[in-house]
Amino acid sequence: MSGLRPALLFLGIAFAGAFAMLDAHTGGAAGAGFALSLLALSLLGWRGLTLLANAHFADGRGQRVADLSVPVLFGLWIVFLWQAVTIGFGVPQVLLPPPSMIVARIFGSADILLADFRQTFLQAVLIGYLLGCGSGFLVALIADRVPFLQRGLLPLGNLASALPIVGVAPIMVMWFGFDWPSKAAVVVIMTFFPMLVNTVAGLAAAGHQERELLGTYAATWGQSLLALRLPVAMPFIFNALKINSTLALIGAIVAEFFGTPIVGMGFRISTEVGRMNLDMVWAEIVLAAVAGSLFYGAVALAERRVTFWHPSLRQR
Amino acid sequence: MAAAKTTPITRLLAGHAGPVAVLGLAFLGLWYAGAVWLNADLQIDAFARAGTDWGFSDLVAGTWAQERPLLPAPHQVLAEMWKTIAETGITSKRSLVFHGWVTLSSTLLGFAAGTLLGILLAVGIVHVRVLEKSLMPWIIASQTIPILAVAPMVIVVLGAIGLKGLIPKAVISTYLCFFPVAIGMVKGLRAPDLLQLDLMWTYSASARQTFFYLRWPTALPFLFAGLKVAISISLVGAIIAELPTGAQAGLGARLLAGSYYGQTIQIWSALVTAALMAALLVALMGGIERQVARLMGARP
Repeated sequence: MSGLRPALLFLGIAFAGAFAMLDAHTGGAAGAGFALSLLALSLLGWRGLTLLANAHFADGRGQRVADLSVPVLFGLWIVFLWQAVTIGFGVPQVLLPPPSMIVARIFGSADILLADFRQTFLQAVLIGYLLGCGSGFLVALIADRVPFLQRGLLPLGNLASALPIVGVAPIMVMWFGFDWPSKAAVVVIMTFFPMLVNTVAGLAAAGHQERELLGTYAATWGQSLLALRLPVAMPFIFNALKINSTLALIGAIVAEFFGTPIVGMGFRISTEVGRMNLDMVWAEIVLAAVAGSLFYGAVALAERRVTFWHPSLRQR
Repeated sequence: MAAAKTTPITRLLAGHAGPVAVLGLAFLGLWYAGAVWLNADLQIDAFARAGTDWGFSDLVAGTWAQERPLLPAPHQVLAEMWKTIAETGITSKRSLVFHGWVTLSSTLLGFAAGTLLGILLAVGIVHVRVLEKSLMPWIIASQTIPILAVAPMVIVVLGAIGLKGLIPKAVISTYLCFFPVAIGMVKGLRAPDLLQLDLMWTYSASARQTFFYLRWPTALPFLFAGLKVAISISLVGAIIAELPTGAQAGLGARLLAGSYYGQTIQIWSALVTAALMAALLVALMGGIERQVARLMGARP
């Protein structure tokens, strides 16, 4: 457990100092002393983090806690610096609201945030994601049966994933109206190609020997698909699902910039920016970040359960 | 399937070019059919209002030549592109060359800055343990934030402190770019295996020499893989960043203005231009990659 105690000492002093500074300063006009003490505390905290990152633990649990706490403490420190600088130097709220104000706004406008979340995430993102990933998967299966399609679709799919597909948003709004279906359509198009390309690559990933083994068993296409090729393709498919989880959120929010009913995360962001209500914008950003991370986390968790056999997940 | 004979046609269909061409043509056909399908209602209304008799061929011809169709036919988009790219002076506000250049310049600036940032972060992460532990999770988490959605705020905030025009858009592109570069570079700088590192150690090479003679060359293929992703999302970032500035200039502005005024042909021509630009930029990256590989002594 070498190095843990000094690390905790440094970190303890740094964070205690941080709380003291937040307590002492409530508004504006901080001088060089304030900046210097911020710098000193940050150096202390950095030293503590360095010691913690290099600390060695005898038991695995302690090591895991330490590995997790380094980024968490680093993030907390950034939030503290943000709060201290915005409050201490009186940064105008239209530029950068302090975290405390954003948190207050999140709790104050929970109903608006919830309505936006329902409109954008539960409808546009989830439905579009399921349809886009599902159709990409189906087309990949069809392409797998028809080699001609596969050879043609793969280069086109690769090309399409480099294209700025979000740009179709105004067209989709024109076709499907202002409400969530147009956003879901954008999400479908954005998520389709990564799924297609990855599934096609995944289905081709099974080794020759395994395939020939199934051939000697006289397995049908469906049997070899279920028993061998889909399981082998799973890491690729989950890769696409993970890429798509962030793409879907981006697509839905950006599509709302082109016309929307008066609810939705993208709508709220663009209107509140216009009214200089940056705390509301930041509240939406926090909501989007939390929703995006949870979505990604859920997919990653499912991946762990499904592809437990993959080398990258094996315990040492 | 005893295909013993190889005629030119079977050979063409066996490669990639044939299927791609066939699918491309099928796509074009679907596009034309879709244009008839989607625009038919409007066209029938127009015929009824004009009081003319119409047959199927009139309908098809009409749907492919509307002023503001729901889905313009490909040749309409091409004609609009030809008009706005070749026949309009490049300083004109109606020229796609002008708008494309506005977008391209912020794309390239953001790409350069993002690449630099990504490489620096990767070098730091590979060499400083605490940076790896504290920064790496946040770099990954930063990508679950839909930054494109935040673009309007970044633009407005940077505008409020006096940064207007090119820089704020480039900032968005930078943020999007640094991630694939940093991730690829970290992987690449770690790619040399223990044997090679040990060899450098027996030469008593300094950390700097190990970096420039071993780690950097090994990382280049990874860097280029990241760069190809980065340049295309840099373009997306630049386009989205142009939306909130009130549609002044750039391909994104063309998209927004087109959607305000229902100018579908304008939207599609901006979209196709953006797609062509993305394909060209990625191809350019691939070309540079091959050139660099050749200079480093890779055999084809």
